Amino acid sequence: MSFRAAAPATTTIRLLDTEGRFVETDENAEFAAAARAIPDETLLAMHRRMVLTRRFDHAGHNLQRTGQLGLWVPSHGQEAAQTGSVFALRAQDHVFPSYREHAVTMHRGVEPMEIIAMYRGQTHGGWDPDERGNTHISTLVIGSQTLHATGYALGQKLDGDVGTGDPDRDACSIVYFGDGATSQGDVNEAYVFSASTKAPVVFFLQNNHWAISVPVAVQSPTPLVDRPRGFGIPSVLIDGNDVLASYTASVVATDHARSGKGPAFIEADTYRIGAHTSSDDPSRYRGDDELDEWVRRDPITRSAAYLRSKGVTDEQLAAFDEEGEDIAADVRRRTVALTAPSVDVMFDNVYREPHPLIAEQKAWLERYEAGYEGGAHA
Amino acid sequence: MSTTEQLFDYTLRSHPGAGEVPSDPTPTLPMAKALNAGLAAAMQADDKVLLMGEDIGQLGGVFRITEGLQDRFGPERVRDTPLAEAGIIGTAIGLALRGYRPVVEIQFDGFVWPGFDQITSQLAKMANRLPAHMSLPVVIRIPYGGHIGAVEHHQESPEAYFAHTPGLRVVSPSTPNDAYWMIQEAIASKDPVVFLEPKSRYWPKGQVDLVDGHVPMHTTRVARTGTEVTLVGHGAMVATLMQAAELAESEGTSCEVIDLRSISPIDWEPLLASVRKTGRLVIAQEASGFVSVGSEIAATVAEKAFYTMQAPPLRVSGFDIPFPVSKLEHLHLPDADRVLEAVDRALAY
Repeated sequence: MSFRAAAPATTTIRLLDTEGRFVETDENAEFAAAARAIPDETLLAMHRRMVLTRRFDHAGHNLQRTGQLGLWVPSHGQEAAQTGSVFALRAQDHVFPSYREHAVTMHRGVEPMEIIAMYRGQTHGGWDPDERGNTHISTLVIGSQTLHATGYALGQKLDGDVGTGDPDRDACSIVYFGDGATSQGDVNEAYVFSASTKAPVVFFLQNNHWAISVPVAVQSPTPLVDRPRGFGIPSVLIDGNDVLASYTASVVATDHARSGKGPAFIEADTYRIGAHTSSDDPSRYRGDDELDEWVRRDPITRSAAYLRSKGVTDEQLAAFDEEGEDIAADVRRRTVALTAPSVDVMFDNVYREPHPLIAEQKAWLERYEAGYEGGAHA
Repeated sequence: MSTTEQLFDYTLRSHPGAGEVPSDPTPTLPMAKALNAGLAAAMQADDKVLLMGEDIGQLGGVFRITEGLQDRFGPERVRDTPLAEAGIIGTAIGLALRGYRPVVEIQFDGFVWPGFDQITSQLAKMANRLPAHMSLPVVIRIPYGGHIGAVEHHQESPEAYFAHTPGLRVVSPSTPNDAYWMIQEAIASKDPVVFLEPKSRYWPKGQVDLVDGHVPMHTTRVARTGTEVTLVGHGAMVATLMQAAELAESEGTSCEVIDLRSISPIDWEPLLASVRKTGRLVIAQEASGFVSVGSEIAATVAEKAFYTMQAPPLRVSGFDIPFPVSKLEHLHLPDADRVLEAVDRALAY
């Protein structure tokens, strides 16, 4: 199975329609065969991940609205794109998220509270990639991480970890970014460098149609999936609200990269149901009709309908909702219990080797704080 | 020979032994060749060291600093990259996360800006986001400064931008011996280092001690002792200060010359000790003076040595203009006479 680079960009790979019915056509035949082979337990696990992510996302939103977080970036609507792709990864693969990929990061082992911590203002990072399924930390400058992923993937190749045929060794890196990011120079340079070096990197574009308030048409008059082809990178356009399409396309793309054939690109056509962040008001720039249409294409509803058609019971599905409620309650409890981080973190992590100016300023602040009972800011 | 003639004299010849560490333990080398030997030593000591940049492979870089290294270490470790500075820095960050030690060549000072976001927002700040066991050992080599008669964007002194950015270390050697040792120390550092190579000093020769010549890169060096005025600078300016000090001596004034070597962090104590002794400080730099490294030195010395000073710290800098056309660069770049004019003003207080 491979991407047909010559296929017109308007061909969208979709395996589940909006009612959750499995669709097989000439165009998606290769992907459909792979999707049919997905074990039921994987289908259930992907559905669970989507449900838990949405509930966690709503908890994060509510925590921001009640003043517990400085900011929240909602993932509502993009669960299928994220979940299908992360399920296609192997343990040894590396993940370079942007900042909205809650399904991806949590599936790789990032704790919900580690995501919360950044938006609470506790940390600029949040987790150790080595302990969280090779998931690198979020990048907030749009598109910068595509170059980091490309360099990392080049390192995987230099280490001989591509094209050996050993499924436990061959590795790739996957990088997540959005439609706004495709205009960045860094992203285009990542296409250039990865194609030039055949770095095993998968570019996973979540086109959610809006870069804050700017529609994707402002970024590009041509389909974004067409762009990487000009750089020599095979690409495919999928229905990003179809978890089966995301999963199967990601299996193809990651296999392509791990086998030593170089980078691959997936454009997942999806939609940001919520705001860009909690600081945004989407009613100022987009209409209800568009929103309603995308709510109708909801990825979780679609997945649930497909699972029911395969005999999964309402009780089984309801159990995921309950688990999501427990996670949300736990996150609420633990967020309000968080205390301010140690002042040490401001200074100690800036350099890895001793630095006299930082040491002097840290010592000064300690003396200054000690000069006030309970600290200057008590 | 003029500096420009030295440039072409060097770059249009090939250099026997390029890509190797010389067998003579105390060779006399130009800085260009000392850097080449330092890179070779670092690459043979650690196979995770990679060189990346534009034209650094078969050409050996536009200044031939990497000459012979691709032949010796192969195209995977000495990598000609696509022509995109953000791409070079950004992929170097990814390689560093993977455990490599990338040494990046930026072709000319004025070409670093397309990579500025990756340097300042990503490379410099990433350690602060990551757990303590992860580090970003990336070296960014930048040939910098004037005196080579070049077109625009080829003669700038960008050090203040990087020294202002927490998370980076910034150093600049002024001698072949320092160049040989400091590049190896920069490569071995766990922190990102902006390594500024004073391109007008690439060709004058100096003795390199390949055995005992190492002086830690973040230390200030007293290049010449004196009693009446302290002259401080870095990179190419150190040679100008030495020349000024000699001229001053012939006129009966004793100047001490301080070679900063490290711009971030600055090793203040030797400089402060000198100023406490002389009571007068002249700071010289090719960079524009407004909000510059010289400004920081003047402010810090005023704060820490105020009562020992006989005169305010004086700065001799490039003017606050875009680097001028090369036919006028001699008016822009501080020379010994402009340094001495400031020495006279300091003594007149």
